[in-house]
Amino acid sequence: MTMDGFQDQTIARDLVQRIHFWARRIPRKVTIMEVCGTHTNSISGAGLRGLMPENVRLVSGPGCPVCVTPTSFLDMAISLARMPGVTIATFGDLVRVPSSKGSLEEAMADGCDVRVIYSPRDLLALGKELRGRRVVFLAIGFETTAPGVAATILESEKVGNILFLVGHKLIPPAIEALLSAEEVNLDGLILPGHVSAIIGQEPYGFVSERFGIPGVIAGFTPLDVLAAIAEILQQLVFGSPKVVNNYGRVVRPEGNPRAREVMASVFEPCDGVWRGLGEIRGSGLRLRTPWRDLDASRLVTEVVETVEPKGCRCGDVLKGLLDPPECPLFGLHCTPEGPRGPCMVSSEGACGAWYRNERIRGGLK
Amino acid sequence: MNLKRILLAHGGGGRLTRDLIKGKFLPALHNRYLEPLSDSAVLPELPRGRLAFTTDAFVVDPIVFPGGDLGYLSVCGTLNDLAVAGARPLWISWALILEEGLEEEVLDIVVKGARKAALESNVDIVAGDTKVVPKGKGDKAFAVTSGVGVIAPGVELFDQAVVEGDAILVSGPIGDHGVAIMAVRQGLTGDMRSDVAPVWPLVNVLLEAGLEIRVLHDPTRGGVATVCHEVAEKTGLSMILEEKELPVRSSVRAISDLLGLDPLYMACEGRFLAWVAKEHAQKAIDVLRSHPMGRDGAIIGWVSRRPPGGSPVILRTRFGTERPLDLLTGLELPRIC
Amino acid sequence: MCLAVPMRVVDINGSLALAELGGVRREISLELLPEARVGDHVIVHAGFAISRLEREEASAIMELLRGESPAPVS
Repeated sequence: MTMDGFQDQTIARDLVQRIHFWARRIPRKVTIMEVCGTHTNSISGAGLRGLMPENVRLVSGPGCPVCVTPTSFLDMAISLARMPGVTIATFGDLVRVPSSKGSLEEAMADGCDVRVIYSPRDLLALGKELRGRRVVFLAIGFETTAPGVAATILESEKVGNILFLVGHKLIPPAIEALLSAEEVNLDGLILPGHVSAIIGQEPYGFVSERFGIPGVIAGFTPLDVLAAIAEILQQLVFGSPKVVNNYGRVVRPEGNPRAREVMASVFEPCDGVWRGLGEIRGSGLRLRTPWRDLDASRLVTEVVETVEPKGCRCGDVLKGLLDPPECPLFGLHCTPEGPRGPCMVSSEGACGAWYRNERIRGGLK
Repeated sequence: MNLKRILLAHGGGGRLTRDLIKGKFLPALHNRYLEPLSDSAVLPELPRGRLAFTTDAFVVDPIVFPGGDLGYLSVCGTLNDLAVAGARPLWISWALILEEGLEEEVLDIVVKGARKAALESNVDIVAGDTKVVPKGKGDKAFAVTSGVGVIAPGVELFDQAVVEGDAILVSGPIGDHGVAIMAVRQGLTGDMRSDVAPVWPLVNVLLEAGLEIRVLHDPTRGGVATVCHEVAEKTGLSMILEEKELPVRSSVRAISDLLGLDPLYMACEGRFLAWVAKEHAQKAIDVLRSHPMGRDGAIIGWVSRRPPGGSPVILRTRFGTERPLDLLTGLELPRIC
Repeated sequence: MCLAVPMRVVDINGSLALAELGGVRREISLELLPEARVGDHVIVHAGFAISRLEREEASAIMELLRGESPAPVS
């Protein structure tokens, strides 16, 4: 039995059949949300929406860290990039995101030193290479990424010239805020596989216990996603919502305690601002007091307010209230070439993924 | 010559320039057209056929990579532009812009690479030039080339010949070069190699098979998806690619997954795409596969009508669903997201 | 932001390891997964191993998907 089985077409057909079987027994429209950019991509890349029954709607929540990073964070990054002696290090995803002062890509063309890295570990070599300069890392990402950043912070002391602009966010508080929002109406959640590899199953208990909806921790192949949808629909038919781990091959029920320990030694929870959703209590991470010297935000003196572009409905899209094409800016004023809001910038944002992958089915406006 | 690094004076036109040309370039690239070192190469009369002429610039980083180097790449790339026009390559010009401080041994690798490319394709590098820019004004070395080839009478390749129903073929696995470069930049080691190679021998075999070949393209910068966009644009038709037919080496697949890249958008430097009349597609594949360079050739898609508002390039996924393959909006950067 | 890939650990040197996928190797950190051993398959995200891939578990899932529960007929 190999991992290639996860590409198997017979299983896919079988799962789609089951999805239709259960959906026929639900006499209403059902909305299932995923909250992970990689799930967004899996669904769009394999065209899974085209396989869904009429009454099952798949929406993308705030699972793309690029998309939910507030403009103020980017504005600070640009300010830092423009400071003499500063080199910005970032994941590739952030380079094209527009802030109110242009993107990092544009700052690079203007002469700013911006380096794309693949791993926070690359910072250590970069810091040594650039002695005499300050290297500022744009630390975004959820619980999958934060432990690696934390491990790097612990090692960065000996290099000495690395600072961190911290924009990490936590998923469970965001899910809780979404489910608590009056206007949001979700019937099931596909839970992020790799965030769960870190935090385990327990933090999601409230999804079924308090809000009475099914949650399935799922892997990222199209088969994993289809299996998760089938599971959710089956639970809805039997009226017994629970949180289930379908990614047991990677996610242990207790998650990765060591990773959480490393994360907690450097970071502590704080309130976080999610672009489009606003402030969510306890949903962000900041450096603990002993590490505050490494906080790059202290170098930035101007206070910047996040101003959303007029007409941008990213917030509603992120809550699953709107499908991307229903945003008035979608496709005309907001495209991957000229994105207005964060959902369009990343190919894993709801609008970016939809635009790139779904136009055939929906017909481009 | 025992200098270790290139100095500004090497581009100055004086003694050091002459030493570089006579001591390094000429011995490696020598041929009767280059030998006189005159202001222009004087060439014999052209063989029968139409002239094909191309120019290219190469700024690859790193300049030495698994499977090749700037020299080999720049000459092959130029030869291949001629080949996909249906032209047998004849003569190349090869100019280098070197950054002050470039190590001589790196330049040696580049020159050796150009020599190898010229020799194995039986073409001459008949003209060249060298300039040196101050340190910081040029990234180690750039190459600028042009190439001349001849298209035999009866060979007519052009985009507008493509019609609905035509098959789209690829001569081998895709994405090797672009992915190898990205992998090196990310510190990966192991089984990855640029596919840089001259394609004329394979093109020639295909053209001589008497089949209805509409047009050929080499999927360099931007990869297979980008080339398909070009043809779609010129013809107003749609290119449909079958995901499960795309030949991708497992190491390329692995690196792409690791770095978040899509092989459909990564450069190939030793491949071509062919648009072939439907009834000749199978024969064309057989011809390709019978050649050592075309063993992994495959029919990867077909041309269809484009309805109003339809996408120029479409991928049929392994699940049978369809999605558009858009033009790249930015550079393919390694992602974690 | 969960782009992570399964890789096989081929060599360990303290908290660093050489991991392999499809013939390609990369240095990764085991800082977050110190219990990993040579021969293990791990999930790697941004240069860090974050979890072990339990292949036996994978087989179990495949069984489940292949039809332990009856395939519906209507």
